Amino acid sequence: MEVIFQRTKGLLDVPTHYCPGCTHGIIHRLVGETLEELNVIDKTVGVAPVGCSVLAYNYFACDMFEAAHGRAPAVATGIKRSHPDSVVFTYQGDGDLAAIGTAEIVHAATRGENITTIFVNNCIYGMTGGQMAPTTLPGQVTETTPYGRDVKQAGYPIRVSEMLSTLSGAAYVERVSVDSVPNILKAKKAIKKAFELQLQGAGFTMIEVLSICPTNWGLSPLEALKWLRDNMIPYYPLGVKKDITAGEAK
Amino acid sequence: MPDKVLMKGNEAIGEAAIHAGCQCFFGYPITPQTEVAAYMSRRMPKIGRVFLQAESEIAAINMVYGAAGSGVRAMTSSSSPGISLKQEGISYIAGAELPCVIVNIVRGGPGLGGIQPAQSDYFQATKGGGHGDYRLVVLAPSSVQEMVDLVQDAFDIADKYRNPVMVMGDGMLGQMMEPVEFKERKPAQLPSKDEWKADGLKGRKEHHVINSLYLKPEELENQNLKMQKKYAKIKNNEVRYEMYNCEKDVDFVLVAYGTISRICKNAIKLLAEEGINVGLIRPITLWPFPEKAFEEVIDKTKYGFMSVELSCGQMVEDVKLASNGRKPVYFYGRTGGMVPSPNEIADAVKRNIGGAK
Ligand SMILES: Cc1ncc(C[n+]2csc(CCOP(=O)(O)OP(=O)(O)O)c2C)c(N)n1
Ligand code: SF4
Repeated sequence: MEVIFQRTKGLLDVPTHYCPGCTHGIIHRLVGETLEELNVIDKTVGVAPVGCSVLAYNYFACDMFEAAHGRAPAVATGIKRSHPDSVVFTYQGDGDLAAIGTAEIVHAATRGENITTIFVNNCIYGMTGGQMAPTTLPGQVTETTPYGRDVKQAGYPIRVSEMLSTLSGAAYVERVSVDSVPNILKAKKAIKKAFELQLQGAGFTMIEVLSICPTNWGLSPLEALKWLRDNMIPYYPLGVKKDITAGEAK
Repeated sequence: MPDKVLMKGNEAIGEAAIHAGCQCFFGYPITPQTEVAAYMSRRMPKIGRVFLQAESEIAAINMVYGAAGSGVRAMTSSSSPGISLKQEGISYIAGAELPCVIVNIVRGGPGLGGIQPAQSDYFQATKGGGHGDYRLVVLAPSSVQEMVDLVQDAFDIADKYRNPVMVMGDGMLGQMMEPVEFKERKPAQLPSKDEWKADGLKGRKEHHVINSLYLKPEELENQNLKMQKKYAKIKNNEVRYEMYNCEKDVDFVLVAYGTISRICKNAIKLLAEEGINVGLIRPITLWPFPEKAFEEVIDKTKYGFMSVELSCGQMVEDVKLASNGRKPVYFYGRTGGMVPSPNEIADAVKRNIGGAK
């Protein structure tokens, strides 16, 4: 019998704890496939955040760290500087990366730290039960914005990819989405390119992945995917925000 | 025999760390320890090692977490306000049982406080500082030479127990220049890091995880109990202290660490001229606290003990626990960067032994 689909070697054969329909699992798979295809599982060290993906250290097959909330880019810096030949990535949610960990991600990017960040933007704090995130959309109802996010009171959502793409140390920054098969394929391409650039020593690379949180959005997975398309993509336009290799002969 | 060189305390810290094989230094400027970072920035790149100025003390300690977890010797240094910021990271490092060295060149507090020498971070260093049931080994040198020796020991102790070690000096020690010697040290027998370090599988079957999260209460309790066993071992093996002028019967015993212990020794000389015989216990490990030093003099000291500190009275609580009600315990301290003279300390002694009569 021909095997046409199997578990990637980049992920361990263990059940994950994610809610049904959550797209964290897809994103894990894309990273795992990338590590396998680039044949770097053996020399990769990943850093898990505090957030729903806190247990990612149990899922990825490579060596892993669990970082304090927001500090993954600093932890990754310590690993990469000690072992420049290793492949180092962080996997972070929007609260982790764009609120409590803003300083760490900005400075890792501006130093051109040769690491890859997988930034999962789901417009909400998933793990703590659905509070406002720095990426929560204007008007979006969460546990701590029960009347909808009022930008006069709570400020505006951060477009992290656009912000980081202004930094000279950032080599490659792209925003992708996992709401549909074509977008998942594009996301995979972007993630793979980011890791390839890290292998070439290009500097800081980040892929922002628009992701759903059906549980805390109070929607079914299908409704959540539609909500992502209708609300997130207009505010967070997909595409390459920075690519130092753009224009280079392919 | 190696030559003696004249070095500033803070620079000696850097050189000692280099001698100890520190591969990575992560720092952030703050008076009065900035020279450590400046020294490392000059030396580390020249010998193919890592110096990085982090964006904050929080980032610096987390870089240490990354480096230490990947199996290399790493250090950070700071002063009081910066050490406060590092507490989160220190707790994670303790929880993940990673070896590393943290230097605190203490200045006066609370808040922004001042930039003059102090010892007011004793509670923070010895009683926790960050969240959770953990302990740092805390080493307190009293001279630049001892700083050099203890920084090197700190790396060995950290590796031996997989535990963060703090070297705590006051601002005076960081700034003073003294002759030092980098002695030939025979390499310590230390456990291999291959069992746990996360630096890439490189052919290994099981992946390694550096972590302090245990969601199941029984697992977290077990992890804590395992750490407590380690702390008990450290208490057994690593206590260090100096006894000064305690051979004969003594009227009174001072307890002081760091540079203030040197001023106490001068006070003791002044008192001896007046026929008052005073000894000194100088804790070198602040944690584990040298309780057994007190057993050596508890029956001898006529009027008890006096803790002398550059704080409003922190170590005195441990002195009371060590004395355990058997002899009176007094306190004398100056704070905010004020440093007492030998005469002030001698007067305080006379007041207290007068009061005890
Ligand atoms: C210092 C600290 N503050 C707060 C928390 C509580 N906390 C855990 S996860 C989380 C938010 C995570 O949200 P996000 O990064 O968006 O990831 P998601 O759960 O949505 O994947 C918070 C605030 C913590 N663990 N540590
Ligand atoms: S709470 Fe949301 S982000 Fe977290 S696992 Fe569930 S669906 Fe996914």
